[in-house]
Parts: sequence; C-alpha cells; structure tokens
Amino acid sequence: MTEQKAIEVLDLAKQYGDEIQALDGVSFSVEPGTVFGLLGPNGAGKSTCVKILTTLSHPTSGTAAVMGFDVLTQGAEVRNRIGVVAQSSTADREATARENLRLQGQLYRMKGKDLESRIDGLLTDFNLADSADRIVRGFSGGMERRLTIAMALVHRPEILFLDEPTTGLDPEVRAEMWEEISTLASREGMTILLTTHYLEEADNLAANLAIVDRGKIVAEGSPEELKRGLKGDAIHVEIGAAVTEEAVIAALARVDGVGEVILNERTLHARAADGARSVPSILQTLDAAGITADSVTVSRPSLDDVYLKYAGRTMEQAEKSDADQKKPGSDREEVTA
Amino acid sequence: MNAMLDTWHMAQRHIRALLRQPWWIVVTLIQPIIWLVLFGGLFETMENTPGWPEGVSFLEFITPGVIVMTAFFSAGWGGMSMIEDLNRGIIDRFLVSPAKRSSIIMGALLQSALSVSIQSVIVLVLALIMGASYPNGIGGLILLILIAALVGFGFGAFSNGLALIIRKEESLIAMMQFLLLPLTFMAAAFIPLDLAPDWIGSVAKFNPVNWGIEAGRSAAMDPSPDWGLITSRVGLLIVFGALMATFATRAFRSYQRTV
Repeated sequence: MTEQKAIEVLDLAKQYGDEIQALDGVSFSVEPGTVFGLLGPNGAGKSTCVKILTTLSHPTSGTAAVMGFDVLTQGAEVRNRIGVVAQSSTADREATARENLRLQGQLYRMKGKDLESRIDGLLTDFNLADSADRIVRGFSGGMERRLTIAMALVHRPEILFLDEPTTGLDPEVRAEMWEEISTLASREGMTILLTTHYLEEADNLAANLAIVDRGKIVAEGSPEELKRGLKGDAIHVEIGAAVTEEAVIAALARVDGVGEVILNERTLHARAADGARSVPSILQTLDAAGITADSVTVSRPSLDDVYLKYAGRTMEQAEKSDADQKKPGSDREEVTA
Repeated sequence: MNAMLDTWHMAQRHIRALLRQPWWIVVTLIQPIIWLVLFGGLFETMENTPGWPEGVSFLEFITPGVIVMTAFFSAGWGGMSMIEDLNRGIIDRFLVSPAKRSSIIMGALLQSALSVSIQSVIVLVLALIMGASYPNGIGGLILLILIAALVGFGFGAFSNGLALIIRKEESLIAMMQFLLLPLTFMAAAFIPLDLAPDWIGSVAKFNPVNWGIEAGRSAAMDPSPDWGLITSRVGLLIVFGALMATFATRAFRSYQRTV
C-alpha cells in the first residue's frame, strides 16, 4: 500500500434538486503536510466540495476520504480530525474571543489547563491577546477572520479546510493572512485545503492545485507545472469593433508561432512562443483583415491564462456569468457554492 | 455523558448572550407581570359568573395559566435564535465538530427552561402579594413550574425544528403568530372550559398547552390534587415532547440535505 493520502476524492458528484449540478465527477488527492488549492470562480463547486469533505453535506454519488476515513460512513472520525474555516466568520458575535475559543475547545472535549493554555497560545499567535475579553461584535473584519481561524485550530486538527480565507478582506489584511497560512503549513506541518477565486492566492500558497470550473476539474498540478504547460507568452489584444471569433481565428491562422486563439467579447487572447516578436505581425495581419486593435499586452503566463486555456473563459467572465445563476440553499449561500 | 456536557456548554452560550442584553431581561421579567395584572384586572368579574369554581379567585385561577402561557410563548419564539445561528454559519460550525447534534437544540431549550423558571417564580411571588394563596405549598408550585417547562420543551423543539426547515424569519414569525394565541385561548388559561363553548372544550382535549395548564393548576392550586389527571397530562406532554424532539433531530437531516 502506498502512503496514506490526507484527502482522497473519487468521482464526487452533488446535485441540488433537479437542476443544479454543483459537482460533476470530481477526483483529486492531497498529500499529507501540503497545501492544496481548489481554484475557480464563485459557483464552480469548490465550497460544495469542502462541505462534503467536512461531512456537512452528502454527495449524490462518488466517495471521499479524509485521513483514510470515509466522510459518509465514518463521519465522527473525520470530524475529530478536521478544522474548518468557513467563508464568512462563524464566530458568535455576542461572545468574547476567549469564550468563542473556549466553547469550540469544549466541543472537541478539551478542558481545564490544557484548554486554557491552548486558548492563551492561540490568542497570542493570532495577535488577539489584547482583545481576548472583548465582545466580537466590535472586532474589525481582519480580527474576526483571525479569530475564526484560531477557533478552527483549538483542537490541533490534522487537516485544515479554508474556504475562501481572504474574501472580503482588504489587500493589506489579505497579505497578512497569507503569511499566517504559510506559517501554519510550514511550522505545524498541517495539511491545508483551501478554496479561492484569487489567482495570486493559489499561486502564493498552494503547492498543488486543481482548477475547478462548472463542477469539473479542468486542470491539476503545481502552479509552476500548470504555467509551464502553457508554452510561451500570453498576448491580449483589445479589438476596436465587434468581430466574430471565426474571423479572428481565420486571420491569425496565417501568423507563424501564434496559437490558442480565443475571443472573449472584445478581447482577443492568443499564445505565442515569443510574444514580443509576434506582436508586429499579429497587428499587421489583423489590420489587413480589417480588424482594428486598440491595445496590446504581452505577459508571461499566469494562472489566469491557465484558467482561460482550460475553462475557455477568463475567471472574471466566469464570475460575472455565474453570479447571476441562482444558487441552492439559504441567502448565505448566494456568495458561496 | 458527552451529550449532556455539550448541552450544558451550548446552554451557557445562550445564557451569557441573554445576560448581556439588559433590555431583554427587563422585558422578559415585566411581560408575565403585565399578563397577570392586565388579565387579572380586566376579567376579575369573571369570578361572579355562575359556574365559576367554588372558592377560587380569578387571580388564583389565571396564575398557573399565565405561567404555562409564558413558557409556551418563549418556547414558541425559540426558533428565531436558531435561524440567526443558521444565517451566521454557527450551526454549520457545530455540525462539523464532534458535538452531539441534539445538544445544539437541547442547549437552547435548557436556557429557555431556566428563564421560564425565573419568570414563573416572579409571577408566583407577585400573585402571592396580590392575594393568591397556594394550598399545596412549595411542592405544588415546583411541580407547576416543571410542567410549564415540559410544555416549553415540546414547543421549543417544534419551533427549532421548524426553523431548520423553513429558515426564514418572516415565515417562522407568521407560523408562530398563527399558533400562539389560538392555542392559548383554546385552553383553560383564563376561564374554566365549562364556561367556554363546547367546541373549544373539545379542541382543548388535544391541545398540549391545555394539558399543561390543567395539570399545573391541579398540582399547585387544587386543595386535593387530581393525581389521575396530573399523571395522564404529564404523560401526554412527555410523549408530545419526545415526538417534537424527534422531529427537530430529523429536521437537521433535512437541513443537511440542502446545504
């Protein structure tokens, strides 16, 4: 037998009602002690996946195991070993930071000195010692987020689930949070599964990631592998007037070394072995075909380009189009799924 | 053992939250006093009606009614805090922890039982000052409070279960408004059922609020308590509570199917 995977997901599917297929046959595995990222736009199925792995929700089909325990049949074993940080703060706002941490520890059967010293340690680690006995209602967004993460760690979980850990935080706090998460991963050797729709977040934190789009995994690997797989530079051209994708593809077929042409509304995306050298001939060819270019950018491959290649649209567009779709469940989930 | 500890820890959370709301405390304490003084004064002449039970003042009659009604009302609204916890993701946090599922509801019900007991003591003391007498002493009064708590348990579980299923504050408010006053008036809270229309008497036989009022009144106010009635009504309330607790636990499963 090979080494025990921290998380093993096989062909997981989840359907809400008759209409919404939140997950559509997802498989991946996570090595112990690593940070794994699920990257995708809102509504791609990341949160559904986390809900199933944390035993909150049940899959329609497929299996999932956490530390070797089946999430469906051995839920109690799974719950003992995981820490979960949900997308929005789940702290009790009418209680103090310390009371929140204490109740959380008590639910994991911790008590006495062990619990109290763990609470003190976490309050210090997460820079909350001065606010320990203040009511959470008065906390800033960043403080509340830190408390929520501290709460998920009270019982020293083997695996930490972070669902969109930095959504809604301002950039400064986000950078701080990345720091915290990297420290946790390296110092405690904890396995972390995080979901995000921020490309730089996945790039920064995850050793491996899976790109999720419309309930399916469209690409998987380390950020470097995924970017290397793109071969060459990304070229983005803003087109002046509306044209059809066929026309653009037909025009650029004549330019050597340019491929993977996609048109999204007025933006043309293409890939070239040597971006800078291809630009003049691209512009010339477009001009000859009667297509005016307003601006051109050339960039090294980013995860955005990876997403574009595998999902056929940019993350931004995916967010926009999926935001309109109705999500299952309560109001709270309108930002989730 | 774990379930009881979890329940206690959950209850502590609710109790602390209430103690931090001074206005809640003031209103909760004043509310039953208003019922007692208002209804006591408004309908006092009822005791001159032919057919009114011999030797019982109107105040003495409604005191157990007010106590059971207070328990019933506060239990009925119990689902509101469940909805708030659901919306804040707090319930989800509990559900992915090893905490026993039942403790999430039992903790809230325990808190509710404690506040109802305090309210009841205040009502009893006030009624005493206003001239009521308690022929069965402390024992009878404790039994009355326990019976009121039992009524609260059943309806509290019902309200929490409903909250998990409908998950909208407005819908829960509408449902509870629909139930609270009719169930209170289709019971012997303020007048003996003998004086009420026959159909109300028939409906009251199936009304858990009335079971609680009849049993509690007999235990606390009847110089010779009707133990047959008390045992049977308490038995019915226990069955009712068990059914509602099962319903509430099932409601968790229904909730988890939709997340």
